[in-house]
Amino acid sequence: MFFGVDVLNAMLWLFNFLILPAITYGSTLALGALGVTLVFGVLRFANFAHGDMMAFGAMVSLIGVELLNGIGIFTYPVPLGLLLLPVAMVSTGLLAIMIDRTVFRYYRRIRSPPVVVVMASIGVMFVLNGLTRLIKGPELSLFNARQTFSVGEVNTAALAEQLGEQAVRIRTDFATNTELIEVSEPEVVFFYVSEFRKATGLSEGFGLDLLQVVTVVLALVIFLGLFLFLSRTRMGKAMRAYSDNEDLARLSGIDPQRVVAITWLIAGSLAAVAGTIYGLDKGYKPFTYFSMLLPIFAATIVGGIGNPQGAIVGGYLVAFTEVIVTANYKKVANYILPDGLDIAGNLQLLGTEYKFSVSFLILVVVLLFRPTGIFKGRVL
Amino acid sequence: MYSRYWVVFSLLSLLILTTGFVQSWSFALGLVAMGLISGVMALGLNIQWGYAGQFNAGVMGFAAIGATACVLVSMPWVTDTMVQGLEQLSVDPAVNAESIHKLEQDIVRRTNAEHMLWKAWLIGGFGAILAWFANRLLRNRVSVYVRTFLVFLILIGSLALFSAKLDTAVKVIEATGIGDDSKYLGGLGLPIIIAWVFGGILAAGTAWLIARIALGLRSDYLAIATLGISEIVIAILKNEGWLTRGVLNVTGLPSPVPSVSVLQSEPYNLNVVHSLLANKLAFIFVVATFLAFFMWIAHRALYSPWGRMMRAIRDNEEAANAMGKDITRRHRQVFILGSFMIGCGGAMLATHVLQFEPAGYHPLRYTFLIWVMVIAGGSGNNWGAVVGGLLIWFLWVQAEPAAAWFFAVVGANFASESGMFAALLSERAPQMRTLVMGTLLLLVLRFAPRGLLPAVTPRK
Repeated sequence: MFFGVDVLNAMLWLFNFLILPAITYGSTLALGALGVTLVFGVLRFANFAHGDMMAFGAMVSLIGVELLNGIGIFTYPVPLGLLLLPVAMVSTGLLAIMIDRTVFRYYRRIRSPPVVVVMASIGVMFVLNGLTRLIKGPELSLFNARQTFSVGEVNTAALAEQLGEQAVRIRTDFATNTELIEVSEPEVVFFYVSEFRKATGLSEGFGLDLLQVVTVVLALVIFLGLFLFLSRTRMGKAMRAYSDNEDLARLSGIDPQRVVAITWLIAGSLAAVAGTIYGLDKGYKPFTYFSMLLPIFAATIVGGIGNPQGAIVGGYLVAFTEVIVTANYKKVANYILPDGLDIAGNLQLLGTEYKFSVSFLILVVVLLFRPTGIFKGRVL
Repeated sequence: MYSRYWVVFSLLSLLILTTGFVQSWSFALGLVAMGLISGVMALGLNIQWGYAGQFNAGVMGFAAIGATACVLVSMPWVTDTMVQGLEQLSVDPAVNAESIHKLEQDIVRRTNAEHMLWKAWLIGGFGAILAWFANRLLRNRVSVYVRTFLVFLILIGSLALFSAKLDTAVKVIEATGIGDDSKYLGGLGLPIIIAWVFGGILAAGTAWLIARIALGLRSDYLAIATLGISEIVIAILKNEGWLTRGVLNVTGLPSPVPSVSVLQSEPYNLNVVHSLLANKLAFIFVVATFLAFFMWIAHRALYSPWGRMMRAIRDNEEAANAMGKDITRRHRQVFILGSFMIGCGGAMLATHVLQFEPAGYHPLRYTFLIWVMVIAGGSGNNWGAVVGGLLIWFLWVQAEPAAAWFFAVVGANFASESGMFAALLSERAPQMRTLVMGTLLLLVLRFAPRGLLPAVTPRK
């Protein structure tokens, strides 16, 4: 640290406020974009209902969490929403297959132009949106919301031991003059910013929690699994063949119904995973998932629509650009610049309010200069 | 064929009349007004979709731009309001000494800030023109890298100067004002009808810009691009408080018809109920006049040589191209014409609710609902768009009370033992709207893809 140039703090800031959020957000986007791209690759239409499918998946796990928490079952330190992921994946996948059977299959049979199918997906979007709002309401609900029990309903001592003393509180309800037990599940944090600061004496801290790690690891596992499935298994190869040339695939004895069903199952499960991990981090709100449709589409097209590698790269690209363009570099500049040259105002390219606009600027640029995306799209 | 029109229109009138008798007449007239406004927007979308097959998912953006025009054209200039306020306060200088002093200071600061704002835009515009000229002049004279670098340098430099000046000016403008509707620039104080036309023109200008960029795209790419652009428009309107007041909303937009309180006083002297009805009827009349004019234009266009050319392009682009028709240009024309109408409709909508609320724009309500209107009404048929506007708006509004009634019955009969479930049901009734609309759209697409009033191809 000489002349007030402080590289270590600057790097810590960059990691904490730029790289880490971009990676977690990018993982969610990439998972969402993978679903959109798979549906496009096999069925040849942009699925506008994907955002609301994500909301449905998140809703399933949220309801499961609320039911289990409601009878006093907590799975701390592992988030319960994560354990319920298989349930959410299967139910969303089955829902997607059901929607395909009732809505999309007809348009495939009469071979209608893609525009009509897109319009039908808008109808599905409306229905799913109404359904999630009808079942769980339009407002924000948290996966670790505070639960209230009456005395004797739960084993207070065991809960206190599992969740920590501070998480379990006893409160007297003066209206009815009864004692209530309030339980709020804490988050698992590996490093607290303040503790790190105290231990190292640096002015920037370093924070990391379980959800961020789980998000990234889960995303990586799913990417790997999907690629192994697509390249090694019979079904995966059949999907790729079908996406490449439908008629040829039919001639080779590939069952189109099965390919389509498996595609929807995977797309639905991916939507459930993306929706749940986003909800675990930021809370569940149907409208948020709808607005995530925009960056997801951007990621899909930037990477090359129909191309799974492209969807992943596109997801991280869009996330990083959004974060880089809307971050305020005042602090990092002041760490790097010598002492006399401090910046007083904001050093920000674009306000955070324009976050979604950034992904669309990328999208428009890509559509204009390289309409097929970074990787050549259209084939799985 | 025309019997279908009679059936549909009498059904529609029956629905409105029933609403009038059962619920209330002012509610029914409100439905008609909103239905007609939606009809204007649906007509614009129908021209784009039915004449040229353009999948415009950015209706919300154009409608919001039209609404912005209402603010920019018809609201009073805030500095003028402040000067007037000062005059009023000066009647009694002793009492208001403090506020007079503050207001005088604010007016000076604000006038300076306004000058700075104009200068900022002058610099920005000059920089843009300079960059354009530099790009033109240097083409084929220096290497492309040098040219790009120089143009980029000019742009960045003028942008830095522009944003520095703008930021200081905006800070003052967003902090000063008098009364409720202040802390932004204000408008020109012109009649609202001019704002409607200007809203259309503003939307058409934006459409021209978008068409230059995105109209060459495939249909679903165009949908995604326009959806994104409409989100960008809303983000700008929400955050540029100096221009649109942002999330603070602009209330008290002027109306083209005499307000309820005017109708209750001299020379009309109507009672409360009648004044409300008269106000709504007059508004409906104004909107219907605009709609009739637009219908006439759309109809004339469809049955003119231009319309035949458009149909030819829609049905077989390659053949039309071979015949020497400029397809890109025609597409752009249609996109701009449709957006003009959508912008007008957006301006009417803001006028009807008498306020501009950027945070209230939601794609489900302002983009996809209009799409349901077009599809259900009959894509390509202008009467279909109007019928779709009225009918779908009716269903959208009535779905909520219908669902509430249905849930109440269900709650009473089946869920009586747990009162919480019944309460939950009645709380969730408003959410039925989207479900009903989605189901309707899916049913129409599946079983009546040509809509309620199918488009008829005119005889050759």
